[in-house]
Amino acid sequence: MTSTVERTDGAAIGRSDRRKEDGRLLTGRTNWTDNIQLPGTLHMATLRSSVAHARITRIDTSAAAAAEGVFAVYTGADFPDLLGTTCVWPVTDDIKTATMPAICSDKVSFAGDVVAIVLATEKYLAVDALDLIDVDYEPLPAVVDMEKALEAGSTNVHEDFGTNQCFTMNVPWGDYAAAKAKADVVVTRRFINQRLIPSPMEPRSVVAAPMGMSDEITIWTSTQIPHVLRVLLALLTGINENNLRVVAPDVGGGFGAKLQINREEVLSVVLAKKLGRPIKWTEGRSEHMVSTHHGRDQIQDIEIAATSDGTILGLKVDLKADMGAYLQIITPGTPLLGMFMYSGIYKMDALDFTCTGVYTNKTPTDAYRGAGRPEATYAIERIVDELAHELGMEPLELRKKNWIKHEEFPYTQIAGLTYDTGNYEAATARAVELFGYDELRAEQAARRASGDKVQLGIGISTFTEMCGLAPSRTLGALKYAAGGWEHCTIRVTPTGKVELVTGTSPHGQGHETAWSQIASDIIGIPVEDIEVVHGDTGRAPYGMDTYGSRSLAVGGQAIKAAGERVVEKARLMAAHQLEVSPDDIEFSHGTFSVKGDPEKSTTIQAVAWAAFTAHNIPDDMEPMLAGESTVDPQDFSYPHGTHLAAMEVDTETGMVTLRKYVAVDDCGVQVNPMIVEGQVHGGLAQGIAQAMFEGALYDADGNLLTASMGEYLLPSASDLPSFITDRTVTPSTTHPLGTKGIGEAGTIASTPAIINGVVDALRPLGVNDVFMPASPQNVWRAIQTAQNGGAA
Amino acid sequence: MIPSAFDYVKAATVDEAVAALAEAGEDAKVLGGGQSLLPVLRLRLNAPTVLVDVSGIDEMRSVADEGGSLLIGAAVTTYEVMNDAGIKASVPLLAQTAGLVADPAIRHRGTFGGSCTHADPAGDLPTVARALDAEFVIAGPGGRRTVGASDFFVDYFTTAVGPDEVLVGVRVPKLDGWGAHYEKFHRTAQAWAIVGVAAAVKVEGGSITGARIALTNVGPTPVRASSVEAALVGGPATVEAITAAAQNAADGTSPTSDTHAAADFRTHLAKVLTGRAVAKAAGL
Repeated sequence: MTSTVERTDGAAIGRSDRRKEDGRLLTGRTNWTDNIQLPGTLHMATLRSSVAHARITRIDTSAAAAAEGVFAVYTGADFPDLLGTTCVWPVTDDIKTATMPAICSDKVSFAGDVVAIVLATEKYLAVDALDLIDVDYEPLPAVVDMEKALEAGSTNVHEDFGTNQCFTMNVPWGDYAAAKAKADVVVTRRFINQRLIPSPMEPRSVVAAPMGMSDEITIWTSTQIPHVLRVLLALLTGINENNLRVVAPDVGGGFGAKLQINREEVLSVVLAKKLGRPIKWTEGRSEHMVSTHHGRDQIQDIEIAATSDGTILGLKVDLKADMGAYLQIITPGTPLLGMFMYSGIYKMDALDFTCTGVYTNKTPTDAYRGAGRPEATYAIERIVDELAHELGMEPLELRKKNWIKHEEFPYTQIAGLTYDTGNYEAATARAVELFGYDELRAEQAARRASGDKVQLGIGISTFTEMCGLAPSRTLGALKYAAGGWEHCTIRVTPTGKVELVTGTSPHGQGHETAWSQIASDIIGIPVEDIEVVHGDTGRAPYGMDTYGSRSLAVGGQAIKAAGERVVEKARLMAAHQLEVSPDDIEFSHGTFSVKGDPEKSTTIQAVAWAAFTAHNIPDDMEPMLAGESTVDPQDFSYPHGTHLAAMEVDTETGMVTLRKYVAVDDCGVQVNPMIVEGQVHGGLAQGIAQAMFEGALYDADGNLLTASMGEYLLPSASDLPSFITDRTVTPSTTHPLGTKGIGEAGTIASTPAIINGVVDALRPLGVNDVFMPASPQNVWRAIQTAQNGGAA
Repeated sequence: MIPSAFDYVKAATVDEAVAALAEAGEDAKVLGGGQSLLPVLRLRLNAPTVLVDVSGIDEMRSVADEGGSLLIGAAVTTYEVMNDAGIKASVPLLAQTAGLVADPAIRHRGTFGGSCTHADPAGDLPTVARALDAEFVIAGPGGRRTVGASDFFVDYFTTAVGPDEVLVGVRVPKLDGWGAHYEKFHRTAQAWAIVGVAAAVKVEGGSITGARIALTNVGPTPVRASSVEAALVGGPATVEAITAAAQNAADGTSPTSDTHAAADFRTHLAKVLTGRAVAKAAGL
């Protein structure tokens, strides 16, 4: 079900235009990075550590260097001071920052760490030569378990730190001890947000090439962040930023995995400059799974305090977050992105938040769709269900009792965020109606009464999130190294076409279509005449790129402001040409007309031509019609929604089946409802996948056991039901277009909905938690444990 | 990943394939649909020097009706097994199971013979062959020989087919008047079976008069559930009797633990799923 809106007022915003970019994306007739072939290219292959933790005692590259087609073999000794990545978010003053070398020289810290690289004239020959490199490792104990890592006497991932504790941050809002002292009920639970492997369809790929006689190096890379990457590459390599041009060609998905600066990018740039030849590297899927950053991986100790009538008093959150072996771009900040969201949509007097980052000999973690907010939402939505169970209350009723009522907005919640708008009542009412809530509860009761081997559970998630990162000064206060602004330039060409230059960098989101719709409404030029330019620092020099559901929420504001500047200038031009005062000009759908004399008019296209010829423009006006804007957002935006899942659980086999899923989201004004629908569907699939299918597993020696898609299960369409979706619309009051983010909402909301449903199905058997993913074995074990007397 | 270099020989006849293998020596591998072999090569788990492609050999691409049995060419694709009118009519268990193998793309490339000779313990089609006592026609330098299913599957990824031999076809008996069902337990549509059960039963006058049952992924090879069969035959075709008989399903199994399931869970599943497979085969 979709809620596509066909508008009759001629406005483009709100119209489900087909995506302009899909023709080339779906047919593949476009430039993915790996399609780029330059003469003289040297292909890079990486030799990765086969062990998680070891000293490198000897490395012999002579046979590889002598092999057919091999141009060079490099080890850490060749680049002793070159770092492979950098962390832009040192979250505390006393954080211990483990830096990742571009190539390891004396020791390796995770299975997948790079120990050598081969450059060869063909990719196949480069990979063949890897087999000829001989490395001797002196194994060290692998640090795999976060809690053991924090014990005294543990092996340390980085010996010079003397600890595996990366940082600890405690932020008390309100007085939790006082809140707890007033409580009738205190519920504690330990939730595990398992490690996930972000899996975009296109793996990482980079081509770095010196350009002709200039000093410029162009880097084509499958990234979400060409602008940020350019700055970081300049800082890490020492190459003048003006000589680095970063291009994100069409990018096949990211989900946070491409919000990163990677050692392969750094090495490609350095080698292209050193050798004067193009360097190309594309990872394989198995290589991706061990070397591209992972997501989630938190132990969450959660305590909630409430009165017997169900009033929530306070929440205590104690997290251990696995950093992996090194800090990458926002590794330590990722769990903290959820810090403000643990209270969810609920009012409470206290929130005590603690997070400890822990080093282990595993692939580094970093942002993955939702980044911190899925973990927070999982914790609060799970613990609220547990509280409802303890109190014997209907879980929806408990939520209604505690959530912020629609008339209470704007509402400053316990962590200090001011939610501008929201209507949890409306979204929940619609979801309950679409779901057939009462009928399913009746069926559940019947199955329980008959002892059906297939039990039914109803999972609830009433979530909100913060997106559109963020006012720059807020980011600065959080020790984040960059700002949160966004840029747009709109140029109207002499023939009346539009070049819209955005600093956002789409990798599947449909910006070319949605940005055209926004601009079209403002400047009155049809969407088909608008070209959106993005992802190339040569053509779009300013931007903060795409992540955190920020592109529309922040970038959309810049489009609006730039468009209004175009219209402002065009109005002066039109008034000059029509020989009236600018105050007497009306503008509608691309036409400037004189108030009271509509026959007297001109079009914005005609104005653009006049601005180009500049034969007759006002004395104090510059030629050409363009406008630009760099906007720092006033605040985050807070989309919300109510998701309901009907889960069938086969109590004999542990098999979980998602029977019905309803998602009612409120993302404010929808620019293109079809694109919103797509974001919701994809987000749901990803969040449901965490709950039911995905999970990275390591053995005791730190080897990734789920290093192929045979072991790491991703759902396909056939594993998911048809989602039932709808939207309520509560426009944001802090965002000029009334929009909020939608890129991550489905992922954030759906994971707890699924697990709440599974646990609800199994309550009669004494189960109060199921480890994710809710695989048959995990569910069966939870049942066995509960039946044998203990909770899971 | 990308494979090491290898030579490629496309054989037009079985004799040509056998000759090519003899010439290449023990580092040669037979290539059917490539759905198991190519991932092995790309992950560099194996590096054969010669691939002998048998997918275009006419004799191996057809299904022959021999009266009481069907001789299914080893290079017949899984998709063709799924849709072949003769197989659907006479060995519906095989057609049903073929439809549960992996995904449509793999079913169109992968072959029945390839699945059997690859002998992955998680493969579905070998289990059906074992349950039905299929016969395997193997060609080698010394001519042709026939091996029964009980001797064909030797160990993990190991069959009776020698390095210089080619599996030509699989003879599957028709089971007229039998009910059959393959119960595949897996987490996503494309995933391997955690446990699978192939069951064929004959029900006459409310009693089970014949039973053929084999299990997937509970040992190094497909495991014939002989003690379940013995417990079923002569008993009533009721859910209760079948469930009781299925408690013997773990006999003869030696399940291993992997990322999807530990051995004890596989043992539990073997019993539950055997009961369900037999009940469905019996029309209950």
